[in-house]
Amino acid sequence: MTETTETTESKDLFSKFDPLIQMRTDLLSTGVTDPFGLVMERVVSPTVAMCNGRETILLGTYNYMGMTFDADVIAAGKAALDDFGAGTTGSRVLNGTYAGHKAVEQALCEFYAMDHAMVFSTGYQANLGIISTIAGKGDYIVLDIDSHASIWDGCKLGDAEIVPFKHNDIDAMEKRLKRIPEGAGKLVILEGVYSMLGDIAPLKEMIAVAKKYGAMVLVDEAHSMGFIGPNGRGVAEDQGCLDDVDFVIGTFSKSVGTVGGFCVSNHPKFEIMRLVCRPYVFTASLPPSVVATAATSVRKLMNAGDKRAHLWANSKVLHKGLTDAGFQLGTTEPQSAIIAVVMPDLERGAMMWEALLHEGLYVNLARPPATPANMTLLRCSLCAEHSAEQVQTIIGMFTRAGKAVGII
Amino acid sequence: MDRAETSERIAALIEPFNKKGVTVTDATRFTDDLEFDSLTVMDFVAAIEDEFDIIISMNQQAEIENYGQLVDAVVKLQG
Repeated sequence: MTETTETTESKDLFSKFDPLIQMRTDLLSTGVTDPFGLVMERVVSPTVAMCNGRETILLGTYNYMGMTFDADVIAAGKAALDDFGAGTTGSRVLNGTYAGHKAVEQALCEFYAMDHAMVFSTGYQANLGIISTIAGKGDYIVLDIDSHASIWDGCKLGDAEIVPFKHNDIDAMEKRLKRIPEGAGKLVILEGVYSMLGDIAPLKEMIAVAKKYGAMVLVDEAHSMGFIGPNGRGVAEDQGCLDDVDFVIGTFSKSVGTVGGFCVSNHPKFEIMRLVCRPYVFTASLPPSVVATAATSVRKLMNAGDKRAHLWANSKVLHKGLTDAGFQLGTTEPQSAIIAVVMPDLERGAMMWEALLHEGLYVNLARPPATPANMTLLRCSLCAEHSAEQVQTIIGMFTRAGKAVGII
Repeated sequence: MDRAETSERIAALIEPFNKKGVTVTDATRFTDDLEFDSLTVMDFVAAIEDEFDIIISMNQQAEIENYGQLVDAVVKLQG
């Protein structure tokens, strides 16, 4: 008997990444510094770090309110480390709820003036958990096409029918709501500030339409918390429609200055989410030091009117300065702390990013598929701790780099 | 509305998105043959939804790869 050995060539599961690998190789072959491999060697303050041995102004963090180095915040974190240790080693529903977790949820209830708050280990998990748990089989989710990846992934994790509409298009949203079969559950998902272009949503009109069709409304206010609205509660507060929002999603990794995510709500049955929401139940809770820093920061943000005013001033000056220098921006008016500078293509975007880094400025390079309409963007995120002088320095750096690369 | 009439109306809607002038048959695939990217898919689906006053959720779109499947789905969704 002759033995035949037949081998089947196995498929490399990484083949699907080949176009991306090629794009990265092509980009780096031009000689630019890897825009996705920056290491901060030392962080000096909320607005300055040492990068590649050079003092660099940070304009690409989400540290909008500059809370990362707040003395009270740091003291609270240190005390919690001493008193409660490095971590909880457990889920919130088992051994992972400490006094600090309840305290930060209480702080959030007071910050938003809402009845319930539930803290997740990240903002990503907050969207993943809330969306996939509340909208199930036979329900419909109507959402903006430019929604954040965590919102899309929350939709994917659940069993609801997913219906996207064109960005900020109220008519397109209404048409889709109108067509949903009678009796089906409906959830409309919107964001206060859309993080790529830094533009805001017409929440007042959109939420009114959603309510007209009996939909529940979830608004992600990750990029507005602390900064937008009279009390820093976000775009919905600013537009006077927060009372009509059923669920606000937010994060600790932006204005609050640490890490974690949350949902606040007035829904009378909200507390059951702690038992049914899998990304809440099946993960370790945040370390005591993190919830302590978050609680202190959230309480300080309640009285941060001066910081909010300074950050708005920064946003207006930078927007005008870059517009006057000849750059194309994502919004015609400053609408948030994000100023997105539109680049002609990825290659020149990366060259500009590198030129800015050499000037001593860090911004975020954003590219497809994370960006709308396949744009390449240099996204600037301002901080309330940027001084007026730093903002002028930044405009000068952009102008020099833009001329060197030939964009302006 | 029967299948032929539905197909005729969808064929008219596809034209502005059919940049390369591909001859569309029931077997024509949206991604591979017409080279639709995600933005084009959204605009094209919106045009069909508005024309027939229906919803084609993303879950349903995942099952539709070619033109023939789309026509069948639209016929079904009209009830």
